Amino acid sequence: MDWKKEWKPLAIITAAFLACFYLPVGIPRFDNAVKESLYLVKWYAQEHVVLCLVPAFFIAGAISVFISQASVMKYLGAGANKILAYGVASVSGAILAVCSCTVLPLFAGIWRMGAGLGPATAFLYSGPAINVLAIVLTARILGMELGIARAVGAIGFSVVIGLLMHLIFRKEETQKAIAQAAMPTPEVPRPLWQTAAYFASMVAILVFANWGKPESDTGLWYAIYSAKWAITAISAVGFGVILTAWFHLPWWKVVLAAIPTVILAALFPHKPILAFAAASIGLSVITSTSDGEMGEWFGVTWGFAKQILPLLLGGVLVAGALLGRPGMEGLIPNAWVTWAVGGNSLASNFLAALIGAFMYFATLTEVPILQGLIGSGMGKGPALALLLAGPALSLPSMLVLNSIMGSKKTFVYCSLVVIMATITGIIFGAIWG
Amino acid sequence: MKTLQILGTGCPKCKKLAENTEAAAKELGVEYDLVKITDINAIMGFGVMMTPALVVDGQVKVVGKVPDVADLKKLLA
Repeated sequence: MDWKKEWKPLAIITAAFLACFYLPVGIPRFDNAVKESLYLVKWYAQEHVVLCLVPAFFIAGAISVFISQASVMKYLGAGANKILAYGVASVSGAILAVCSCTVLPLFAGIWRMGAGLGPATAFLYSGPAINVLAIVLTARILGMELGIARAVGAIGFSVVIGLLMHLIFRKEETQKAIAQAAMPTPEVPRPLWQTAAYFASMVAILVFANWGKPESDTGLWYAIYSAKWAITAISAVGFGVILTAWFHLPWWKVVLAAIPTVILAALFPHKPILAFAAASIGLSVITSTSDGEMGEWFGVTWGFAKQILPLLLGGVLVAGALLGRPGMEGLIPNAWVTWAVGGNSLASNFLAALIGAFMYFATLTEVPILQGLIGSGMGKGPALALLLAGPALSLPSMLVLNSIMGSKKTFVYCSLVVIMATITGIIFGAIWG
Repeated sequence: MKTLQILGTGCPKCKKLAENTEAAAKELGVEYDLVKITDINAIMGFGVMMTPALVVDGQVKVVGKVPDVADLKKLLA
């Protein structure tokens, strides 16, 4: 036996055996937690995947293929207007940071070769919070006001944190890397308004297909709710026309993809999810079998789906087991959650921000975890504090930041994030709590 | 002999670029030496801030996207 090599499998097998031996099956709290996690994952699969996540993946894919990142980066370059740079940095995460692993290189680039530490920090803070997938899922699951507060809070406070970082370290801002930033050359295959119309039709499909039922039975919101599938269908037809007219998809392919959708919509008018699924599959088939932009679009979309879906469903299972569905109890007693982060006190906001800063959230998993915490008694203020500090920072990203800009700047940045998230949480909780 | 460097922090896109580049080099039949560079400071040294990026013989050829094998063959030829 070569124990130097074999100790690892032995340790794993022993651990698995002990886990099975002492498996707490039959203890009500554990059995209930398993049930809760399965219910929660089923609810996600039924309510959020087809109508919400699938179109959001297509939009995220389209952003990285059809929006020229170079055209945004020129506002963050070395010669950029400083005031403009802060503004652009605070919102450009929506376009540049669709994947969280791109945030850190961009941050380092903007700092060392571009507009400097302030705009770079602004980008670093807002980037993960305002990517399209994060906003869509936050608004959908945690409620519209928390979704909007997350985006607005991230954008507003990123500028404040960027300015503070710039002021604190303004004396050190002297040497710039000599390396000239290499930018991809922007290609302009079509006028801007055509690209804008393409995005508008996709966003319309996403928004109207997910239009929630308002509380009252009258008024504009209800009128839109009653007509939501008609509006979605019109948007989808417009989307098909745009694809054939400006994106060089053969019209017969689009018609072929539309036929099953129309048939399903006619046969099952009360189950629009079937038609929607057929349309998504149709779009996937025609884009994946195309070359050029359309093929690339599907490739990137599929990449996102492959990367994010397993993480998200895994996160939902864990959150369900630990915290249960809203109003139910999982492994962690609700009383603990209420005690730690309930209400809207300074302590609970600070604790939420601090936990968020150190904990690592895989892309989007912060949403089911927060849903569980809110269901178990977390206040809305602390929830926002965690949302603002969470994806922007984690222990691993702190280590990378440390290697990029040194321990002093990293410490100041992390402290600023925690303080800002705490303050924002208290303000939000005081108004909407 | 070509030196191919893939710059990226290890996200799925970077792996895809490495795969595609290798496939393109094999199809062309060129000899190559493929290196992955994951250290952010080293990546900055190339003047690259959008990953993934491809460097061929010290020259930055691709920044911030994953071209398909056909396009990469043109770059390597």
